[in-house]
Amino acid sequence: MDPTVDNAASWPDAIYAHFRRARIRQVGYVPDAGHSRLIQRCIEDPDIADVVLTTEEEGVGLVAGAALGGQRAALLMQSSGVGNCINMFSLIKNCGLPCLVLVTMRGEFGEFNPWQVPMGSITEECFKLCGFLTYRVDHPDDVDDIVGAACDMAFDGNLGIAVLLSQRLIGRKVWSK
Amino acid sequence: MLERRPLVKHLLADRGNLLVVSGLGAPTYDVAAAGEHPLNFYLWGAMGSAAMIGLGLALARPKDRVAVITGDGEILMGLGSLATIGVKQPHNLAIVVLDNRHYGETGMQASHTNSGVDLVAAAKACRFREARAISTADEVETARRLLHASAGPAFVQAHVEAENLARVLPTRDGNENKLRFMQALAKVS
Repeated sequence: MDPTVDNAASWPDAIYAHFRRARIRQVGYVPDAGHSRLIQRCIEDPDIADVVLTTEEEGVGLVAGAALGGQRAALLMQSSGVGNCINMFSLIKNCGLPCLVLVTMRGEFGEFNPWQVPMGSITEECFKLCGFLTYRVDHPDDVDDIVGAACDMAFDGNLGIAVLLSQRLIGRKVWSK
Repeated sequence: MLERRPLVKHLLADRGNLLVVSGLGAPTYDVAAAGEHPLNFYLWGAMGSAAMIGLGLALARPKDRVAVITGDGEILMGLGSLATIGVKQPHNLAIVVLDNRHYGETGMQASHTNSGVDLVAAAKACRFREARAISTADEVETARRLLHASAGPAFVQAHVEAENLARVLPTRDGNENKLRFMQALAKVS
């Protein structure tokens, strides 16, 4: 767990509440500081299969398999992981499958690491080019409303929906030697 | 060395409600050649995703058996998936790699297994409960049974001839394939 991320912030619980409401049964993720509280909620939930991935692109296959099997799934990743998924997103577009992705953004507000910037700065465009709808969240108060809408659109409409949780929302990563 | 078409036909004989995901290229043609079935999901792309689609399906349908039938190039592109499957230990998932040691779809260039990269060792290292290689006809029935019963995730590397066979083409329409698969699955209690 990254001590520089504010794990007391409760907005991840609003996301988790929508996972419960939408009956999401599989959650794929690569370990991430920004998502750590949500990941822990999913791990502790016996109704959710938490699947830790070696790379984000595996998660797209997981979501596709879950949907074919009649279960709802969600993916949690950092913006850097979105680039890993691009060819796999052809599954979502070609088969008309729901794909809900919650992205913790890096490489934007107050980023200390320039290596996060190239992918973070094109994350939203990448999603759009792959046929996803994107919603950006900058304020904790908006998490509930936007994630709720994203869940409904993904699963009611068989759509790819990405929610970008901004670096300002998550908190600037404070890094020291 | 096995011939891939008779091998896949044997593996899918008496399949019952086995859910089958085929990796792009020759494995998709082999599965189609074994006989159309609504519980087949054929990949024509998304190379490297077949094993993970199998995992998602296996977790969603714990009472059904799932078989991923794919090629050496396809599994090599998603080798980390074996580690992910090893963590979850699905009891109802089997992966069959039709290993011809070549990329057949792009002109028969050598794959990593052609240099001796050992997929069974990789599967064992990733905690597959059953992992074995087969290369003779008398081993095929044992492999077929593994698709229908295993204590944990199962992995079969089938050494097959590097042959270019006539293509047997199932639907390329992902939406049609999805709907057919899901409608058939809804009838499986």
